[in-house]
Parts: sequence; C-alpha cells; structure tokens
Amino acid sequence: MTRTLRRLAALVLLFIPLAVLAQEPPQIDVIGGQAAALPIAVVPFAGSAGETDIAKVVAADLDRSGQFRTLPQTDMVERPTTSAEVSYPTWRTLRQDYLLIGRVIPDGAQLRVEYELFDVAKQTRVLGEAKIAPAAAARDVAHQIADAVYEKVLGVRGAFWTRIAYVTASGTGNNRHYELMVADSDGFNAQSVVSSPQPLLSPSWSPDGKRLAYVSFDRGNSSIYIQNLSSSGRELIASFRGINGAPAFSPDGSKLAMTLSRSGNPEVYVMDLGSKQLRQITNHFGIDTEPVWSADGSTIYFTSDRGGRPQIYQASAGGGGATRLTFQGSYNARATVSADGKKIATAQGNGNAYRIALMDRALGNRWTTLSPGNLDESPSFAPNASMLLYAAKEGGRSVLYTVSADGRARLRLNVGGANVQEPAWGPYRQKR
Amino acid sequence: MNASATPKFAKVLLISMMVVAAAACSKKVKETPPPPAEPTTTQPVTEQPTTPGAYTPESLDTDACLRQRVVYFDFDQDALRPEFQAAMACHAKYLRDRPSARMSLEGNTDERGSREYNLGLGERRGNAVSSALQANGGSGSQITVVSYGEERPTCNDSNEDCWAKNRRVEIVYTAK
Repeated sequence: MTRTLRRLAALVLLFIPLAVLAQEPPQIDVIGGQAAALPIAVVPFAGSAGETDIAKVVAADLDRSGQFRTLPQTDMVERPTTSAEVSYPTWRTLRQDYLLIGRVIPDGAQLRVEYELFDVAKQTRVLGEAKIAPAAAARDVAHQIADAVYEKVLGVRGAFWTRIAYVTASGTGNNRHYELMVADSDGFNAQSVVSSPQPLLSPSWSPDGKRLAYVSFDRGNSSIYIQNLSSSGRELIASFRGINGAPAFSPDGSKLAMTLSRSGNPEVYVMDLGSKQLRQITNHFGIDTEPVWSADGSTIYFTSDRGGRPQIYQASAGGGGATRLTFQGSYNARATVSADGKKIATAQGNGNAYRIALMDRALGNRWTTLSPGNLDESPSFAPNASMLLYAAKEGGRSVLYTVSADGRARLRLNVGGANVQEPAWGPYRQKR
Repeated sequence: MNASATPKFAKVLLISMMVVAAAACSKKVKETPPPPAEPTTTQPVTEQPTTPGAYTPESLDTDACLRQRVVYFDFDQDALRPEFQAAMACHAKYLRDRPSARMSLEGNTDERGSREYNLGLGERRGNAVSSALQANGGSGSQITVVSYGEERPTCNDSNEDCWAKNRRVEIVYTAK
C-alpha cells in the first residue's frame, strides 16, 4: 500500500510544472507523500547560537530528507524548552509523533547545546544529549542533532553532517570562470577550493573527506589533480595524451580509478596512488568511462557504449569481463551506487529528456524516476543513500537539487554561482 | 615581404581559388557525387610541394575551402557528414603542402548526457576528422586531437539549433 502511494507520488512528481520549481526562494518541494512522512515538532531552542537558529537548521534537514514532516512554528501553541514543560496531550492533539526541544547555553567561546527527543505516543524521552562546540560550529551541531534524530527514529545513520563538492561556472567566452567549491550538505558555508579560467569537472571525494580529485583543463587538455583540502596543496595525477577524466577514489583511498584515452580510446584504469602504477580495467573500442567503486572495492561500475548507446556495466576491480546492468532507458550514464550496492542511480535519457532514475536491485531491478527536468545529470548518493544530489537546468542555468531516494522530497539547494554543476556528496565526517 | 614576391603570391592565390572553384563546379554539375579528394592527391602536388598550386599560410585566410574550420555532427554521432569531404580534402592538402604545419582538432558535444561521456564523444569526433584528413593524405604527426566534451559551447540555449552548433570539431592551426 505504502509502496503504491510512493509510486503514485513519483508519478505526480513528473507532472509538476517547471515554473513551480523555479520560484525563489527555494522551498522544500514535498511531493504527494506527506502522509507517509513522520510528523515531528522541532521547537525553537532556548538561548541563542548567534546567527544560527539551530532548530531551524535541524527542521530543514529533516524536511529535506522526505522522511519527516516538521510542524510549522506558527502551529506551536506551546514552546517547551525543558522536559518539565512538555505536555504530551498538546502534541498528540497536534498529531505529532515526535517532539524535539533544546537549549543553547553560551560557555565562553564555546556553545553548550542540549537537546531532547520525545516519543509523543509512548510519552517518553527517547534521546537526550549535550554537545559542546566552538560558537562558529553551531551549524555543525545542528546537523549532528538532525543526524541523531534521524538515526534514533529510522534506525539509519543520518547524513546531514556531511559536505558536498560542486563546480560553479560564470561568465561567457574568454571571461569564463570556474570554481571548485565545498559546502555543507545544505549548501551553507560554501568555500572555494580551486579557481580556474578553464573548465573544471568531476570532483570525487577521498573516503576520509580530506582530498578531492577532479578534472581541470588548465593545461589545455584534460588532466586529473588531487587537491588536499586542509593543506591547499595539489598534485597532478594524470596528464596523458588524450582524455584524463572521471577520477574515483577506491574505498580505502589508496587507489584512483580514472578514464584515460592514451591508448587511442577511452578505457577505465586504476592507479595505485603510492606507486602511480596503472592497471587497465576495460579493453573495448567503445567509450568506457565514469568508474564507480563498490563499497568493498571488489567491483567497478562504469558507463560504456559498447552495446551502441551508453549503459551501466560492472566489472571486477581486478579486470576481466564486464556485465551490463541497465536495460531500461536508451541512455544511462554517470552511475552512483549505494553502499550496499542495491541501488544504482543514473542520468537516464529517454528521447530528449534526461532525468535522474534509480534502479533498485533488491526489488527486481525496479526503476523509479526521481527528477522531473529535461537536462538533469550527475546524480550523487548521500553516504546513507537516503538522498541524492543532482544538477538540473532551469531558466538557462544549472542548479543543484537534493531529492530523497524515494523521490518524495525535492529541494533546490540555495548555493551561489551563475551555473552550479557537477555535485558530489562527500563521505560521513569524523567526529571532532 | 618584397615586391617581387607579391605577383607570385597573387598567382598562387589565383590558382588555388581556381582549383576550389573547379571542385565546386564539378560537384554541382555531375549527378554522381564526385570524390573531391582526387584533384588534390595527384602526383605533381605531393612530389613538388613548392610548385604553383601549393597552399601557403596566407591561403588559410583567403582560400574559401580552408576557411571552413568547423565540422558539424549529428546527435550522438561521430560519422563525418558528406558535405565536409571537400574541407577534409583541402585541409589535408594544406598539411601535405606545409609539412611544418600543425593542427589541433578540438572535439565538442552538445550539453545532453553526462560530461565525462561527452568527453569521450568529443574525442571520437576529433578522431573522425583526424582519420578523414589522414585518408586524404595528411600526416598523423601533424595532428593533435583534444576533446572538450560539452565544456566549450558556442551557443548556450537548450534547443536543437544551439545543440547542432555545439556538436562540432574545430580545426585550429597551431603552426601554419
């Protein structure tokens, strides 16, 4: 029943007029599946965390996931900030399943943030924690609280306290300007990492989140660099004749898969980052590109047009034969794969429309279309695979969206830049 | 440039224009499509590159055929359309006439589909032009292929007119 509803929701999603999506400021676009999302009241926290409204950041995270539906603040007839002030009947009347309250206590240059989560039906506190962090890290704390709530209620690790990378492109002709950016998962705290007059593309996170591999045309031809995010140092990794593209760190961070056409044709290779030794994975006259590692590092997924048009294939990371995985849609490229290997999302082309589509291998390779645009591309799973980032074209410019993996909630990310493209969702962050 | 050189240039120019005009005429008159490569692969040209009729760097600006430096492609295709055969022939002849000349073939695609796949597609188009030039007698050592994929559009709208303009290989002489 729920599944039917979800499929319906996905269908409804396809018919949302683009004009609605283009409205400013970006609104969370929850489509159809409201009934299935869990109602939660996130009450404004007592005290102040400076510019950051912690409850607002938490609520936005939960809404964006599509798994929760937060109560508008205007509907909050009570605003408890301590457990003693919580009156369960109030929240039951408001039909809330969960209630989150909290307090911000300044402590010198630090913030002490206490929060408590209540199960309204069971009338019990299910989570309570105090976090101490530098005042400048208030948003980090808020994302961590959202992660804790998400995990407590759904039993799945939250991925709000993560970062994303993307490329902005502005200007035209000779004044074109590109920046490789890193931001929080909600688009805030955006920082430029690399700046270039030449195209930048295909950022790929190292598994520890400390490095970004990417492609730059600053040498005239494509080349692959690895940028260290903490030291600002960068290393030229590949600048062979032909294409040097599509870098992807192995799950242990010791290798980089990439596409090279130094043999005259694009093939997938794996470079050992220590020895710089290359091993060729594919060997076919078709275009083989966009390698993606399985979580255990044993398998490489990639795009190939060996069957005529681009489709997703998989091969052993040690090389050898390839197996075709995608059969729906005339075009499937730029795969992103969930950590459990069960979900594969692609930029799927059907006629003139390119949309983000997700294939669930646990459900008999069932496909769901997740995006409504005509030029949607570059899907990238959050580390918990509950959401994806992708790039869409609206009003002549590219923008980023997040969409829940069930297609229920979609939100345009509020990030600056004339054109925002090539998103890549980073790994889980390490606790400080 | 001295005075005595000028008439020579004019002569070369005139001859090269006549060759092009003749090729163009024959194409229109004959029912069967003539192979435009033939007149440029005759022996005198290859054996005596400095004979009248050989291209000079100035030809790049004056010769109607050589001025055609963009080759367009159909959607998701890397096959050379027949209308570009004449351009392949004259640019190949230029490479033969000017062994020191070097060219970069810049492959491009429209915005549809993934950027990395489009890098591959752009390279394929560059390779298709490279092969055609070599089939017409150009030397592979004079040609470099670089793919920009969809990263360097000449037209930024999302419609077929624009896409058709962006699916192209640009012939850029890096040494004339």
